[in-house]
Amino acid sequence: MTDNTTSTSTGGTPADAPAVADAPVTGTKAVDAKAADRDGGQPIVQLRGAGKAYGNVRALHGVDLAVHPGRVACVLGDNGAGKSTLIKIVSGLHQHTEGEFLIDGEAVRLNTPREALDKGIATVYQDLATVPLMPVWRNFFLGSEMTRGPWPVRRLDIAAMKRTADAELRAMGIVLDDLDQPIGTLSGGQRQSVAIARAVYFGARVLILDEPTAALGVKQSGVVLKYIAAARDRGLGVIFITHNPHHAYMVGDHFSVLRLGTVELSAARGDVTLEELTNHMAGGAELAALKHELAQVRGVDVGGLPGEQDVKAPLAASEGTS
Amino acid sequence: MTQATAPAASPSSPASPAAPQDGRTSRRSLSRRLAARPEIGALIAAIVVYVFFFTVATPFREAGSLANVLYEASVMGIMALPVALLMIGGEFDLSAGVAVTTSALTASILSFQLSVNVWTGVVVALVVALAIGAFNGWLLVRTGLPSFLITLGSFLILQGANLAVTKFYTGNVATDSISDMDGFDQARKVFASEIGIGGVDVKITVFYWLVLAAAATWLLLRTKFGNWIFATGGNQESARAVGVPVTFTKIALFMTVGAGAWLVGMHILFSFNTVQSGEGVGNEFLYIIAAVIGGCLLTGGYGSAVGPVIGAFIFGMVSQGIVYANWNPDWFKAFLGVMLLLAALVNLWVRRQATRR
Repeated sequence: MTDNTTSTSTGGTPADAPAVADAPVTGTKAVDAKAADRDGGQPIVQLRGAGKAYGNVRALHGVDLAVHPGRVACVLGDNGAGKSTLIKIVSGLHQHTEGEFLIDGEAVRLNTPREALDKGIATVYQDLATVPLMPVWRNFFLGSEMTRGPWPVRRLDIAAMKRTADAELRAMGIVLDDLDQPIGTLSGGQRQSVAIARAVYFGARVLILDEPTAALGVKQSGVVLKYIAAARDRGLGVIFITHNPHHAYMVGDHFSVLRLGTVELSAARGDVTLEELTNHMAGGAELAALKHELAQVRGVDVGGLPGEQDVKAPLAASEGTS
Repeated sequence: MTQATAPAASPSSPASPAAPQDGRTSRRSLSRRLAARPEIGALIAAIVVYVFFFTVATPFREAGSLANVLYEASVMGIMALPVALLMIGGEFDLSAGVAVTTSALTASILSFQLSVNVWTGVVVALVVALAIGAFNGWLLVRTGLPSFLITLGSFLILQGANLAVTKFYTGNVATDSISDMDGFDQARKVFASEIGIGGVDVKITVFYWLVLAAAATWLLLRTKFGNWIFATGGNQESARAVGVPVTFTKIALFMTVGAGAWLVGMHILFSFNTVQSGEGVGNEFLYIIAAVIGGCLLTGGYGSAVGPVIGAFIFGMVSQGIVYANWNPDWFKAFLGVMLLLAALVNLWVRRQATRR
């Protein structure tokens, strides 16, 4: 909880002050993290001008991203914007072809997800976080099973695993009555939550969440957002990939909007409003350009669309901060 | 800013009143959890088949008949076990049937041609059988092709090679008898002897079968590797993402099938002294059928080791029961087909009931 106490809290902008009063825990966290950022505190994971080309196709280019402990870095973008490529680089599934990828300030190149896990980077994938037909506790410890006894009779320590899984899930506020039920019988939000609790337990320092709320209803999304906040309050750095600016703005400390493989917007929480973020995400810049043309078409209501000037402002702001 | 930050805490408030129960995960009743066992359908079927033949075929009731049924079941059951493990791991092995013949031929021809102790042939046959499995597995993880295609290829290769190599050395479709060679009697004791229990001679394969079934159950449910098998078959990408060595698991499973083929091959060789090189074709489907009747999911990720034991026992009962009932043995395959379809339907229904929320 107090990872950032060493950094001075003077970095907090006046804009953040009301936030502290409103939500003490989360607000303080954001201020501390930002202070660390401005004081040059070392991020756990950092990308500097990173990019990835698949043959001739440049999927990602010149991306800067920093993940600090106890902070939520949101990466937003439409389909095909390069979000998946970005997390695949950080989670070790793919390797970057340009720029730098630093973990704890050291340049690295991860070859397998296992290497990323060993460095404390855990990824929770939207659709493939679990094995549906396996019990909850087996899923929780999958790939890192607890064992006991010498080699020829080395066996799973089932009692310990069930106990630990239950305790860890409860610590995250998830209570399941039967850990033996197949995880496929849980709701989507519960499955995500189990996956998050699993990553937290296995010493993850950075948690990558790949669109955890994309397939969920409103209430289930709320459950998942709660666990994101819980993970952050435990001092983890979180990369929250989403295309829902409302969800991002609820928990995010920093926002990066990707478009066509590059960063279109990079702004700290204090430098951008939800409305600006939504405009960017809704393809604001392009829609604004199209506004004139769309206005000619009958049956298209352009009154609610942002004008050109509305989406210019945060771009300028982002250039100022980064 | 104030408005924007406030929602950060709000998602917790609607969820927290539900926290004590956290949604719809009430404990399932005992009967439903029992019904969720993969082998329950097969167990019911086995009892029905047993009662059926017990009623219609008088000789079926004798202890000696049961020993025959168990022997018939064990020869197939030993192979059905690794095939079932492989199936839980999400793959098929169509070369399993002819691989049995290949390992028997290897041991037989090598020992005879080089005039060495049969144990040399036995060891070389094990190496060859494991190599076939490793080749199947390696090609699979290397190319990502479906195991159906890859093992269909190795099935054809082995089927052809079995005949061609045998004919090359013996000029015949069967190998020369090795019954007078060094170590034969010893090897026969190990692979093809009989043990008397209560006046009934039971073939040693029955004991191998049951011990291996117990070992496979332990492996599946109580070891890391068992966990990896379920995960690899259940969702390969998830398994890889959380750090399960999927490649190792698959190759090891194919090699386990090779080891099973070796054991059955040695039994056949030392029971009959000679090997028919065309044998084994079609058996691969019987192994898969035993696993499916035993509740293993064809798509992987679900099943047990007890299931294929029951599946093989049903197979043994049907194949012997038809003989004891004095029916035309031609009906055997038809009966097996009906069993397979029934088992598949029962398993489907059972699983829907069990995993229903």
